[in-house]
Amino acid sequence: MNFDDTPQEAAFRETARKWADANAPKEFLAELSKSSLGRIRLAQHDIVDVGKAWQKKKAEGNWACLHWPKEYGGRGATPIERVIWQQEEGVYGKLTQPFQIGEGMCGPTVMAFGSEDAKRRHLPKLAAGEEIWCQLFSEPSAGSDVAGLRTRAEKKGDNWVVNGQKIWTSGAHYSDYGLLIARTDPNVPKHKGLTMFFLDMKSPGVEVRPIKQANGMQEFNEVYFTDVVIPDSQRLGAVGEGWSVSLTTLMNERMSIGSRLATGVPEMFEFCSNLMLEDGLAIDDPAVRSKLASWAVKSSGLKYTSYRAISALSKGDRPGPENSIGKLVSGMMLQDIATYAMDLQGAAGVLTGVDEETVQGQFQQMLLSSPSMRIAGGTDEILRNIIAERVLGLPGDIRVDKDVPYNKIPTKGR
Amino acid sequence: MNFDFSDDQKQLRDQARKFLTEKCSPKAVRAILDGKAPYDKALWKGLAEMGFLGVAIPEDFGGAGAGHLELCVIAEEMGRANAPVPFSSTVYLAAEALLIAGSDSQKKKWLPAIASGEAIGTLALFEGKGNPSPKNIKLTAANGVLNGVKKPVADGAIADFAVVAARTGSSGRDGDIALFIVDLKGGGVEVKNLTNLDPTRGQAEITFRDCKAEPLGAAGEGWSILTQVLDRAAVLCAFEQVGGSDRALEMGRDYALDRIAFGRQIGSFQAVKHMLADMYVSATLARSNSYYGAWALSTNAGELPEAAAAARISATQAFQHCAKNNIQVHGGMGFTWEFDCHMYYRRANAMALGLGSLSYWEDQLIDRMRKKNAA
Repeated sequence: MNFDDTPQEAAFRETARKWADANAPKEFLAELSKSSLGRIRLAQHDIVDVGKAWQKKKAEGNWACLHWPKEYGGRGATPIERVIWQQEEGVYGKLTQPFQIGEGMCGPTVMAFGSEDAKRRHLPKLAAGEEIWCQLFSEPSAGSDVAGLRTRAEKKGDNWVVNGQKIWTSGAHYSDYGLLIARTDPNVPKHKGLTMFFLDMKSPGVEVRPIKQANGMQEFNEVYFTDVVIPDSQRLGAVGEGWSVSLTTLMNERMSIGSRLATGVPEMFEFCSNLMLEDGLAIDDPAVRSKLASWAVKSSGLKYTSYRAISALSKGDRPGPENSIGKLVSGMMLQDIATYAMDLQGAAGVLTGVDEETVQGQFQQMLLSSPSMRIAGGTDEILRNIIAERVLGLPGDIRVDKDVPYNKIPTKGR
Repeated sequence: MNFDFSDDQKQLRDQARKFLTEKCSPKAVRAILDGKAPYDKALWKGLAEMGFLGVAIPEDFGGAGAGHLELCVIAEEMGRANAPVPFSSTVYLAAEALLIAGSDSQKKKWLPAIASGEAIGTLALFEGKGNPSPKNIKLTAANGVLNGVKKPVADGAIADFAVVAARTGSSGRDGDIALFIVDLKGGGVEVKNLTNLDPTRGQAEITFRDCKAEPLGAAGEGWSILTQVLDRAAVLCAFEQVGGSDRALEMGRDYALDRIAFGRQIGSFQAVKHMLADMYVSATLARSNSYYGAWALSTNAGELPEAAAAARISATQAFQHCAKNNIQVHGGMGFTWEFDCHMYYRRANAMALGLGSLSYWEDQLIDRMRKKNAA
């Protein structure tokens, strides 16, 4: 048991470190090094512009999407080499946020199901940050039950015509392409009538509307489709196979390890170390210490769980299911920590004005943003179902709509 | 990075699991629970023959000389099997204290006897209510004799010797505390069995009256040695707790698959599934924290104090959580003497107190994290 690199890994790390050191945009180091929960912002620059520049530079040095094959814009790196690169890229990795959905979900799906022409045309650009991709899965009436989606795609000659609405689409407003799952046959049970496509987000009939969120920000969008034409050549997988294609997409996402989730623990530790209460520092209060310790061991537990997964990659094994706990644990913890930090501030905890000195505002922002952590990318409840069914082998839920043709499933709207 | 046990260590784990499945069935644990004997003597002998008692004891002192990672994998299996033997007091506490501070002759006297199963050892630290602290040690040592009362002492009624924490001064400093070894079969010792939460591991009161004792380690070093022993034992106990957590989770899962109510397996209800998923989360966090503790223990890293406290807290919480919810999944049957759930519930809650309570270790962790942050 050790944390050491193998000689090959050490050599790779050295190469990565040298390149990152020589090429990273150091002017943003201080800003990126600051703790940030949720989406990253830069004071003077648009994160997408700065991100694109860094992504392009990485592509020139063959560090963008490095685990992809060379012919599609990567360097054919192994999973452990990808983790090593992420470690060496460090805080600059935050700049890749606009590309994560493309790199983690859309790209691998195109790689698995796209035509050779589509792969050569799009993947290198996706890797280089020249094309930003978004994922068009969720709908207003199909969130956790995404297979219940309504957006229709109808075949007209060599094309498909799409009508419907998607929601919670991160980055749709700056995306060039989208990965779209739509219903192509409403006469069969819901999982069987779906088909996957990709489309140009500038296509006529695509309308992107930002959603104002509960925390006051606008990061997600609604995307409306009105008679949008998609050539059949942009279909991914067979007609009616969209559900199994989407599972490939999601499987790929689960293989990406090493992206550390924010837990709020370092911020809380720092806060309690400096906050003066009536009887002294907060961190000297037994009640505070008890909570802090419980959060600290969750945070360290997640860290070492990811180390176990990395170790499996290093040996060439597939990581076990234990990584599925990350978002479940960190999402709840962020919310609990924010609530408690404000409790410690007493009446002044209600104030949201930002003051860097007293970290005023930090936990208030965390509080308002944290509900999304427990919903986006699988709700806490869906994640528990996944652990219970796929890890522990418990039975799936009874699905009353399983064998019913989609258009016979009762809904509120019809 | 190789943050995992080696193939050899995993093989040893399989071997220990096979052995314990055979020799330490729930029926065997139950025999001790029902008071047929204070501990499972045949199992203890078997553990010695397998080389498990001395796995981390150097060959020069009669052990297998393997190491602490090997001891961790065995500890996990001991916890999974709920083994009714004085393993933790003898191997994690007494043997570790000897390895850290024992003189050559003390090691020669006791370590081979531990490895062969002839000697049971323990640590006599607590004196009634309270957590590990120099302030709580009143038993005195003067002129080579001890006077005072220790309780609870784990496995005290069956132990052959004890490492005893004693007060040698009243300056108020840690240096007032010294450690001694006492042959409990000698004079000046009175042992009384105490009833406790987990009868599969006994607790005793030991009264020392002008009892002859031999110093263990340097005079002013008692508290510092003790702290190291507790940290090392915290990691090893964490592995027992991880093993117990996993077993309690499996029992709950198996019952949820087996039990039918409202016309379906109860494991198909989300209320039950989510409870089991949360148990898995706790057990996974505990395992990962314990692995880090194992690394720190086996390399004697500077990170050990923090890693040990984190492993201790995480594993204590996980075992309590899994044992408690295992009963809940079982419903009424889980509350019967006949079902095994309560044996894990008892063990989980007894282990949560053995080396100092959860709040004590939470306190320790915060102190140690602050120290690291300040450095």
